[in-house]
Amino acid sequence: MAAEQKFTPQTWPESPEQATLEGKNKFLGFWFFLGGETVLFASLFATYLALKDSVPSDTHAKAADLFELPLVFLMTMLLLTSSLTSVFAMYHMKNYSFKKMQQWLFITVVLGLGFLACEIYEFYHYYHAFEHKFTSSAFGSAFYTLVGFHGGHVVFGLSWIIALMIRNAKRGLNLYNAPKFYLASLYWHFIDVVWVFIFTVVYLMGMVG
Amino acid sequence: MSTIAHAQKRGFTGTIWEYLTTVDHKKIAILYLLAGGFFFIVGGIEAMMIRIQLAVPNNDFVSAGLFNEIITMHGTTMIFLAAMPLLFAFMNAVMPLQIGARDVAFPFVNALGFWLFFFGGVFLNLSWFLGGAPDAGWTSYASLSLASEGHGIDFYALGLQISGFGTLMGGINFLVTIINMRAPGMTYMRMPLFTWTTFVASALILFAFPPLTVGLFMLIFDRMFGSGFFDVAMGGNTIIWEHFFWIFGHPEVYILVLPAFGIFSEIFPTFARKRLFGYSSMVFATVLIGFLGFMVWAHHMFTTGLGPVANAIFAVATMAIAVPTGIKIFNWILTIWGGSIKFTVPMLYAVAFIPSFVMGGVTGVMQAAAPADYQFHDSYFIVAHFHYVIVGGIVLGLLGGAHFYWPLMFGTMLSEKLGKITFVLFLVGFHLTFFIQHFLGLMGMPRRVWTFLEGQGLATGNLISSIGAAFMALGIIVLLVNIVITQKKNIQVGRDPWEDGRTLEWAIPSPVPFYNFKQLPLVRGLDPFWIEKMEGKTDMTPAEPVGDIHMPNNSFVPFVISLGLFVAAFGAMYHADEGKDWAIPVLIIGMLITFGAMLYRSVKDDHGYHIHKEDLLDEAEGGTR
Repeated sequence: MAAEQKFTPQTWPESPEQATLEGKNKFLGFWFFLGGETVLFASLFATYLALKDSVPSDTHAKAADLFELPLVFLMTMLLLTSSLTSVFAMYHMKNYSFKKMQQWLFITVVLGLGFLACEIYEFYHYYHAFEHKFTSSAFGSAFYTLVGFHGGHVVFGLSWIIALMIRNAKRGLNLYNAPKFYLASLYWHFIDVVWVFIFTVVYLMGMVG
Repeated sequence: MSTIAHAQKRGFTGTIWEYLTTVDHKKIAILYLLAGGFFFIVGGIEAMMIRIQLAVPNNDFVSAGLFNEIITMHGTTMIFLAAMPLLFAFMNAVMPLQIGARDVAFPFVNALGFWLFFFGGVFLNLSWFLGGAPDAGWTSYASLSLASEGHGIDFYALGLQISGFGTLMGGINFLVTIINMRAPGMTYMRMPLFTWTTFVASALILFAFPPLTVGLFMLIFDRMFGSGFFDVAMGGNTIIWEHFFWIFGHPEVYILVLPAFGIFSEIFPTFARKRLFGYSSMVFATVLIGFLGFMVWAHHMFTTGLGPVANAIFAVATMAIAVPTGIKIFNWILTIWGGSIKFTVPMLYAVAFIPSFVMGGVTGVMQAAAPADYQFHDSYFIVAHFHYVIVGGIVLGLLGGAHFYWPLMFGTMLSEKLGKITFVLFLVGFHLTFFIQHFLGLMGMPRRVWTFLEGQGLATGNLISSIGAAFMALGIIVLLVNIVITQKKNIQVGRDPWEDGRTLEWAIPSPVPFYNFKQLPLVRGLDPFWIEKMEGKTDMTPAEPVGDIHMPNNSFVPFVISLGLFVAAFGAMYHADEGKDWAIPVLIIGMLITFGAMLYRSVKDDHGYHIHKEDLLDEAEGGTR
């Protein structure tokens, strides 16, 4: 089977993720999918902006009361760094060095889990310290939906990368799984880009007004 | 062991299993046609009940509450579960053949898209048996839908969410197929118009469905999980739903009508036996309609109170759409002009479509004038308008397309005689039903009204309208009879049964081999098969020698993934009820089924198989099977 052909670093094609028609299709299809995801998040951002600080009474916490920079800054750093490490992983994928790719993916996953832990703590904190809940106000609903959808994407992305790492641990790279690794990393970048907007629109804009 | 053994005959259960697991675009097309046809009939029965209720004043054929459920389900079923899948049926059956591809880009995803749509549709319709259907109109405006009791709206939100995922996947699949899998020589500007409209409609799906997804999620959260997006008491805003619904809903109109335009653009040149007039302007108009379709959603909300500036901008943008649409109308007329016309059934539908659709367009421009729309809004004038667009455009396209592409999908030809009877009954019934509704609306009859009183001057008009609906129903019954007779006789008509096929889909043998093209064809211009015919050839020039063909494996996983969401939806819906502790476990089990099946798909290698060159050559010589 052509897809399981063994390669050496010398024979490994330059863009392994697009070396087969299947790979090309997946590459293009996934970009389209991310286009749709962009609209999805744009809709969630619009909803958040429309409902920001929209609470039933003054006793409810507003954005300026909730957010604190240190924790969010740490989360941003974790996620941005994990995006960088996934770039390193893809660099090694393109050079056909499977072991190094796995190592960098592992670091990516660890950073992603760190981000996720911070987010869970963050939600827990808002819930208990501020009574800021999904069901307490329209602001709460919009906040947890936007940030939670992003968090859900992080969980899915991490599961995906872990599944790929375990599945291919023993057999190394070929033209069948190279597109899969590539798309998972593309997804991871997308999650990162969305976070940059969340950081700006939700947290920074939330703290200044 | 031959690699073409797949084509062998199977028993009944074998056939069922084949269709449950198929990833072949031609079989998925048949599944879409069957399921979409079924829902079309369900929606049609609902339509008949509406017209029976409104036939005479003060009628109580159905109760007011049931009437609300029927109009809601009629609209929702017809748009999401009939028109969309029926168009997807033709896109699946025809588009890959038109561009010279052996299948779509993602056969597995294609099957997944179908099963998601199917389970979503079944879920939505189960509401009839499980405590009542949704009753807030097909637009399900939030203040009304939040107040609706029972589970009707939950069925609406969850069912559309599931089937919407399927549609989104179908859209991405078609986009990639058209970009990556065209045969040698099939440049963008040589693509048949149906392929072009599929392409633009798919792009619209990609960007229009996510806002609906978000809107539906918010409705689900508000109704079932206690959030407050649309609940003003919690600081929410009910207008957000209207925006998201129409940011989706308006492009949806073009998602539906563009492929219908595409079907007509194939029918006209075939039966006028003349090249499509103004091909490039047709493509340009299609793309332009696609762009403008996203900039006009607020014309559904003129009376919401967005203010004069917003209303003016959206009014102008809306009127602008008349320009590319007009270009298309004139191109079709000029295609017929001076042609050597054959009035087959598809051609009759195409010719009837032009004036019918233009009338829908004209009333559309009337409503685009925002001040005038304050008068038309929520009256029967609107009902008349959108039925002229949807029935006069899309349904005529579907009926014409069904007759036109029937030989391609089934190898048989629907009876022309019965087809003409259907056509006359349906067209007369259609105008009888909806033309009068313009005037009912102008006389003040509000939309979605359960009944009316005597002496309001509405009785005669409504009776005429109901009689027209009966004509349409008769037409559809004749069509069903036609289908049964045709399939019973099962006379195989061979390839190019219309004799004047211009594009690639008519150049391949009938029934279409499961691998479509033994050798990919070389495309030398627009209407490639016509070009070869004009040079006295009977076949396409091949672009490659006979070689091994790579084929995807069948899979049951798409069914399981969709089933999981179907199960989970019940859990989500019932968890808020008292004493239903089983709901949350059901939700979790359903999601586990879905994600487990996705994981299985991810880790289990699926390389497909190859049809060997020798077998292809054997088949050509011997024809042993």
